[in-house]
Amino acid sequence: MELLIKNGAVYDPFNGIAGDKTDISIKDGKIVDKVSSSASVIDAGGRLVMSGGVDAHSHIAGAKVNVGRIMRPEDTRSGIKPRTKITRPYTGYTVPNVYAMGYRYAQMGYTTVFEAAQAIMKARHTHEELEEIPIIDKGALTLFGSNWPTMDYVREKNMDKLAAYVAWGLLASRGFGIKCVNPGGGEMWGFGKNVTGLDDVVPNFDVTPAQIIVSLMKANEMLGLPHSVHLHCNNLGKPGNYKTTLASMELAKQVKPSKDRQVLHVTHITFNCWGGTNWGDFESKADEIANYLNNSENVTTDMGQLIFGSATTMTADGPVQYANAKLLHAKWANGDVELEDASGVVPIFYARQVSIHAIMWAMGLELALLTKDPYKVLLTTDHPNGGPFVNYPEVIALLMSNKKRQEEIKTLHEAVHKRTKIPGIERELDFNDIAIMTRAGSAKVLGLLDTKGHLGVGADADISIYDIKPDQIDPSVEHAKIKSAFQSAAYTIKGGEVVVKDGQITATPMGRTFWVDATVPEEQTEIMMKDIRMKFKNYYSISLANYMVQDAYVTHPKVVKAGVIPVEVS
Amino acid sequence: MATVITDALCPFCGCVCDDLTIVTENNKIIEAKHACKLGAAKIMGHHRIKAPMMRKDKHSDFKEVSYDEAINEAAAILARSKRPLLYGWASALCEVHKKGILLAEELGAIIDNTATVCHGPSTLAVHEKGLPSSTLGQIKNRADVVVFWGSNPVQAHPRHMGRYSVFAKGFFSEKGRKGRKIIVVDVRKTETANIADEYIQVAQGSDYLVLSALRAILSGHADVVPAAVGGVSKEQLSKLVDTMKTARFGAVFFGMGLTQSKSRYKNIDNAISLITELNSFTKYVIMPMRGHYNVTGFGQVCSWETGFATAVDFARGAPYYNPGETAANDLLMRKETDAAMIIAGDAGAHFPADSVRHLAKIPVVQVDPYWNPTTEVANVVIPVAICGVEVEGTAYRMDGVSLRFRKMIEPTHPTDIEILEKITERVKEIRGE
Repeated sequence: MELLIKNGAVYDPFNGIAGDKTDISIKDGKIVDKVSSSASVIDAGGRLVMSGGVDAHSHIAGAKVNVGRIMRPEDTRSGIKPRTKITRPYTGYTVPNVYAMGYRYAQMGYTTVFEAAQAIMKARHTHEELEEIPIIDKGALTLFGSNWPTMDYVREKNMDKLAAYVAWGLLASRGFGIKCVNPGGGEMWGFGKNVTGLDDVVPNFDVTPAQIIVSLMKANEMLGLPHSVHLHCNNLGKPGNYKTTLASMELAKQVKPSKDRQVLHVTHITFNCWGGTNWGDFESKADEIANYLNNSENVTTDMGQLIFGSATTMTADGPVQYANAKLLHAKWANGDVELEDASGVVPIFYARQVSIHAIMWAMGLELALLTKDPYKVLLTTDHPNGGPFVNYPEVIALLMSNKKRQEEIKTLHEAVHKRTKIPGIERELDFNDIAIMTRAGSAKVLGLLDTKGHLGVGADADISIYDIKPDQIDPSVEHAKIKSAFQSAAYTIKGGEVVVKDGQITATPMGRTFWVDATVPEEQTEIMMKDIRMKFKNYYSISLANYMVQDAYVTHPKVVKAGVIPVEVS
Repeated sequence: MATVITDALCPFCGCVCDDLTIVTENNKIIEAKHACKLGAAKIMGHHRIKAPMMRKDKHSDFKEVSYDEAINEAAAILARSKRPLLYGWASALCEVHKKGILLAEELGAIIDNTATVCHGPSTLAVHEKGLPSSTLGQIKNRADVVVFWGSNPVQAHPRHMGRYSVFAKGFFSEKGRKGRKIIVVDVRKTETANIADEYIQVAQGSDYLVLSALRAILSGHADVVPAAVGGVSKEQLSKLVDTMKTARFGAVFFGMGLTQSKSRYKNIDNAISLITELNSFTKYVIMPMRGHYNVTGFGQVCSWETGFATAVDFARGAPYYNPGETAANDLLMRKETDAAMIIAGDAGAHFPADSVRHLAKIPVVQVDPYWNPTTEVANVVIPVAICGVEVEGTAYRMDGVSLRFRKMIEPTHPTDIEILEKITERVKEIRGE
C-alpha cells in the first residue's frame, strides 16, 4: 500500500521544514524516501501539512472518565450523533463515549493520545476503554506518587527496589510512564487529610513529597524510560501555589536525564501557577513559570488551557476535588484506590464574568506566549479539566492571533486586566510553533520522536492536512478560518490509511497501545516481590494472581523497551 | 486426574471473591473451596437447560430444536419487532455486554439491565449528587465505623464482612472486628443486625426522614428535630451522629432496603448528601451493595459505549436515556414493547406482575444457562455456557474494580457471545444489509 502526498505546505519542525513544498511518500504505514509510480496520490494543493497530532496529557479512558459519564447524563446528551455505516454513535462533550473520543481526535488531525492517569489496580478498566477507542494510537501513564511500596522504598532510600517496583508496576498496568499526582497527598486523603507543601511529612510513611518526586525521577532515569516523571504538583487548586510549582521544578536539578529530554514534565500549569493568598487577591503567576522555563533546560510543561463553558474536573488529587465540590456546591464523586492513590470527579462551568475563571483563561496563554521555546510548553486543555479537547483549534487560534485575544478580553471580567499580563502580550505564534506544541514537542516530551511527531523517513505515516494555504492567510486577522480548519481536517492519515476526509470519518482502524517494558535484574525484582506478596496477603482486597492486566486487554500492543540492563530496541 | 485452580473468581454476587480454589475432574467441578454457600451452589452447577427449545404459542409445550433454528427464530422475532427490548445482562461478562449493545444499535432496540429493579435508583441519585466512594480494600484497611443501611450481607453477601468490611484486618485496622463499630439500620432485625454493635430500627418507609434528621443534627440544627423520627428516638439519632462524626474512617453500605422502599432514589440522594457533609468532619465513603456479580460491569460498559449507564433507547439511531420512559418496566407497563430478549437475568421472577403479564403476551427470546420463571413466558429458549465458570472474561466488583475470570471447565453449550454474534448477523441478513 503506497501513498504520495504532493504539493503540501509542510511544517515539520523536527526536520527543519517550515512551509516548504515537500512531497511525502508512504509505504506500509511508514514514511519512506520514495514510492513507485503506482502509488495513490493526494494532491494537497498548497495546503498545510503536518504530522498527526500528539496529545501527551488527556483523560480519555478509565475509571474516573466513566464515573464522569455516569454522574453526568446531562453532558452525554450534548454532542449526540447517530450511528452510520462506518461509525458507532457519538455522545458527550466533556466526557464523550469511547467512539467519539477516537473520531473527534481524528477529525482534528490527531493520531496519538495519552491518558494521563491510571491506578495500577484499575488499569484493566483503562485498557478496556482504550481497546474500544477507534483510530488513534494511545497509552496510559501509571500513578506512583502515593503508592505504599513507593513510599516505603523512598523512606528506605532503596533505589533498586523502587526501580524494580516501577518496572513491575508498568508491566502490571501496561503503563507508559510515571505519573505522580499530589505526591503523598493521595495517601493522606485516605483519612481525609492532605499535604500542604513539598516538605510535609506523610504520617505512617515518614516521607515528604519532595523525596517522593526526586526518588521517582531518579528511578525513571535509572530505568531509562522514554518519558520523564509527569508531575501534577502539590497544592494544586490553592492560591499561591506557583511557589510550590517552582520549588518542584527546582527539584529537577538534582537529577540528570538519561535521554535527550526533560527529567520532569509539570503538567496543566493553568491549575498551578496561581498567585495571591485567597480568592480575593488571586492572580496569575504564569509569567514566573515562563521565566523559570526560559532559564532552565530540564523541565517541560503543558498549558491545561481553560475553555469557557462546561468542563468536568477529574484527577487523582482527591482532596482538591472535595474542596472544589464544597466551593461550587457541585456533585462529587470520590474514588480512593487502596494502597495506591485517591481520585475525584466534579463538574464545573467556567464563566467569562467570574474573575477567577477569566484569570485562569489567561494563564495558559501567558505561559505559552511568554515561554520562548515552544518545545517547553505543550498545547493541552488537560481534557476535560480545563475544557474538552475539541477546543484545541480555539486555543491554536488564540495563540496565533493577538486580535482574537483582544476581542476575547473585551468579553471577560475586568480582573483579566489587573491580575494577568495577557492584555499586553503581542506575540503571535506561527505554524511552526503550533506544529511543535501539538506534534514534535509532545512526541519529544513522551520520548516517541523515533516514530511520532514528525515526517522524516521511518516515522509512522500519521499525517494531517488542513484546509489552509499558509502563504495566503494572515492568521492574525483570519483567526476564524484557522480555527475552523483545525476543527475539521481535510485529511487525516493514520498509519498510511486515510481515516478522515473533509472532516468526515472514512475508516476506523484499530490503533495501538504503547506500553513500556522496563527490564531490571531478576534478583532485584524477586527481592522487591517479597514485599509486594506481603502487601497482597495482608492489605490488598484482591489476589496478586488477579492484579496484573492480562494480554487479552492489550490486543494491539506497541511495546517500548527500557530498563537498567541495556536492551536492543525492537 | 483432578485439576486445581487457585485464586479463582466467584460468579455469584457483587463481592466477586477472587480467592477460591476450584477442583475439577473430567470437566466437572468437584469442589469450590472458600466459596460461600451461594457461590458454591452456582459454581457446582444445577438445573441446566439441555438444548434449545421453541414453541408455537405460550400454551403449548416446548420442543427441542437445533441452535440454528432457535437463532433464526430469535433473529426473526427481533427483526420483526418495532420496539424490541433487550433485558438482563447482570450474570454475564462485559464481553457479552459489548455484543448486546451492538445488537441493540443494529435493531434500534432498548437495552436495560437488572439494576432497573435493584440499584437503578442509586444511579439516579449519582446523577444528582455524585458518589464519594473507594475500593473495598480502602475500607478493609482503614474503616473503624461501618454502617449497613437496608442491606443484609450475612444473607446476601456472605463473605463481604470477612473480606472487606467487618472482620477484615488491614494496615490501620489490625484489630479487625474489635477495632470497628458496626451499625445496622433496617426496618427489621436482620441476621446482620444480630452481629452489629448497634441496631437502629426504622419504621417502614421512613428512611428519608431519618437521613434528614441525621443531616440536621450533623449541621448543628438538632433543635428542629422532634423527639422521634421514623420510629427512632432523637437520643439515638444524636448518638449515631456522634459515632459517625468521630470515626477516623467511616463507610456506609446500602442495599435495596433503601433503593426499593418509599422515596427510592431520594433516599440515596439524601444518604450521599449525608456522606458528603460528614467529609467536612472526617473521612467517609458510601457504596451500593450490588447484587449480581457483574451488574456493575454492565453499567460500566454501557456508560463508556453509549454515555449512559442503563435504560438506553436506540430507536433514533443514537443513544437516548430517560428512565421513567426507557427502562424495561416503563416499556412493559405501557405495553409498548412488542418483543423481548431476556438474557442473563430473570425478568419472570423479579418484575412486577403487570410487566410479566405483558411478557406473557409478546414473543420472548430467552438466552440463559438455567431454567427459571422467564422460561415460562418464553417462545424461544437458547441455553448457553455459564459465564465465569465455563467462559473467561471481565466483571466489575461492586466497588468498580475489574477482574478477569478464568475458565474453570470447558463449556458444553455455545457462549452468549457466539449466540449474540449469530443473532446479529442473522438480523442483518433479514434486513437485507
